[in-house]
Amino acid sequence: MSSQIDYVLRTVEERGIRFVQLWFTDVLGTPKAFSITPAELEMALEEGMTFDGSAVDGFSRVQEADVLALPDPATFQILPLHESERVARIFCNIVNLDGSPFEGCPRQALHRVLAAAHERGYTFFVAPELEYFYFADLDPSAPLRPLDAGGYFDLSMGDLPSDLRRRSVLALEEMGIPVEHAQHEDAPSQHEIDLRYTDALSMADTVMATRLIVKEVARQAGVSASFMPKPLAEVQGSGMHTHLSLWKDGKNAFVDMEHPSGLSDIARGFIAGLLVHAHEITAVTNQWVNSYKRLVPGHEAPVHVSWARNNQSALVRVPVTKEGKTDSTRLEYRAPDSAANPYLAFAVILAAGLAGIDGGYELPPEAEGNLFDLGPAELAARGITPLPGSLNDAVDAMESSTLVATTLGEHLFEWFIRNKRAEWSTYKSEISRFELERYLPRL
Amino acid sequence: MGPILCFPEPTPAEVLLALTEADHPYVCVGSLEAADASEPEDGWAGAVVVADGDTTEAIALCRALRKRESPVAPLLLILDADRVSDLSLRDDLFDDFLIRPIRMAELTARLNLELDRLGRGVGRQMIEAGPLEINLETYQASVDGRVLDLTYMEYELLRFLSGHPAKVFTRETLLSRVWGYEYYGGARTVDVHIRRLRAKLGEEHAHLIQTVRSVGYRFSVTTWGG
Repeated sequence: MSSQIDYVLRTVEERGIRFVQLWFTDVLGTPKAFSITPAELEMALEEGMTFDGSAVDGFSRVQEADVLALPDPATFQILPLHESERVARIFCNIVNLDGSPFEGCPRQALHRVLAAAHERGYTFFVAPELEYFYFADLDPSAPLRPLDAGGYFDLSMGDLPSDLRRRSVLALEEMGIPVEHAQHEDAPSQHEIDLRYTDALSMADTVMATRLIVKEVARQAGVSASFMPKPLAEVQGSGMHTHLSLWKDGKNAFVDMEHPSGLSDIARGFIAGLLVHAHEITAVTNQWVNSYKRLVPGHEAPVHVSWARNNQSALVRVPVTKEGKTDSTRLEYRAPDSAANPYLAFAVILAAGLAGIDGGYELPPEAEGNLFDLGPAELAARGITPLPGSLNDAVDAMESSTLVATTLGEHLFEWFIRNKRAEWSTYKSEISRFELERYLPRL
Repeated sequence: MGPILCFPEPTPAEVLLALTEADHPYVCVGSLEAADASEPEDGWAGAVVVADGDTTEAIALCRALRKRESPVAPLLLILDADRVSDLSLRDDLFDDFLIRPIRMAELTARLNLELDRLGRGVGRQMIEAGPLEINLETYQASVDGRVLDLTYMEYELLRFLSGHPAKVFTRETLLSRVWGYEYYGGARTVDVHIRRLRAKLGEEHAHLIQTVRSVGYRFSVTTWGG
């Protein structure tokens, strides 16, 4: 028995853990879990747990529905927030009955890209900033009720949302999820938790755990948290700005102090890769109809495919590092939203960057000034194109992308496109309040 | 456990007999070059260095074994009674010393005690270091009696660091000794796990793991790293 498995079994016994939750993620990033008792754990760790994959979004394949959830013992963690009984969780990879990786498993799709990067000596680190809202409830039939009217960096004393955010951060730290910082965001009742960088696979697991913890803390207080990209029309939406760095031989591969920009060929290739493939990967980083309500001018979300050093309107930003702190050199990809599937989002982002490095893509000039002030002609003159304006446009761009197809694999790629086409078609047939209010009296 | 380094070659028979009886494998070397050449991949499990009269050569070897990235420990030095004054101001070069004539039972007992202290003894069950307690049998770690919910790698890292108190380890050493080379993340992974461990130790005890600027990390129960 491996010492990791031994560690898990022994800890479960010593700590009197009653249930172990096996966590995994469907193709759209919805957390899935089943609970097993300690008695079933040893077998689950050694052989995996069989379940009917056709019950899970994106797993279904009629002819071979049964798959195995194989726990990754390195991710065993006792959960905070369960006062009365001790519960632990383990993330699972999904495998076929013969033990081969299941093509529909997002965690392994990310693992594949990371392994390819690792073969060339790269380690991929990510640090996302998760934005979300607190509401009194999540009843879609009534107007949304934010819990406060605070703004950016507001220091609010003793109010519930800040208290909830603080409790969430403490619970995360208890789970070994370091938080860089947390703050009130621009919009009423909108908050942000910035996670400290780690390798991309652990970070995707961490994003899943963070969304669950934030929601659970809110639920225990009788309110709700939502990671919906754009719940309120008039204020900014919830993004997941993602900071990225590549490391090689223990060094930050994005740094080159010899180059006037301070950025290495690798960094410049990575940015160029993101810009070239941005349209194709947007369906994955922004996967809902609602995601595109966030990607509009005026609310600090990126709209144009561009890069800049310190320009909040750019899609890829290169934050200025402090004097002498070249190790913190990184890129910030600003398109993803908090409701993305983190495994697939990190996978396509890395793949786009690597394609730029391998293909020796030329980095276009840096965008200057506020891009939102420029008209379409000026933008076109600078070679700046818009990001897809709707889920439908984004899926079109994805469908013609060899990069995304290879990265996700045929199963995930086809299922994702089919699912998103269906979502778009349902949305398109809806009659919105906008239409009724605007047209019914007039026409 | 790997072999114990024995010096000089030939090593006095009492030492070898004591090690054999206590089930410690050993390798005898006559020089530092020989020690380096025959060092196992995961390092020496310890060393017994015997000074025959003059201590110069033995102390030079101790220094070489200690002043390196991963110092050899435990290190027992055996010498004549009239040479004990040679040890003054050199107490960082060994963990314990014995006076000739060599008594096998004493050597075994002292070696096992040092191995235990480092968390590598056969019968070793607990590491206690300041507020930290680790039960090696049950894998449970606690500070001030509060049990920590650690992942496997966090546990292994804490066990390793606290088993070698006050010793500074580079990220690369930690990566190879705790993770093994097959791990994926590179040296930055160590920083990430240290940060997680500190988060779990809590603000009050985060200083148990100290950053040694541009070198690496050490475990220390005092804030100034003694």
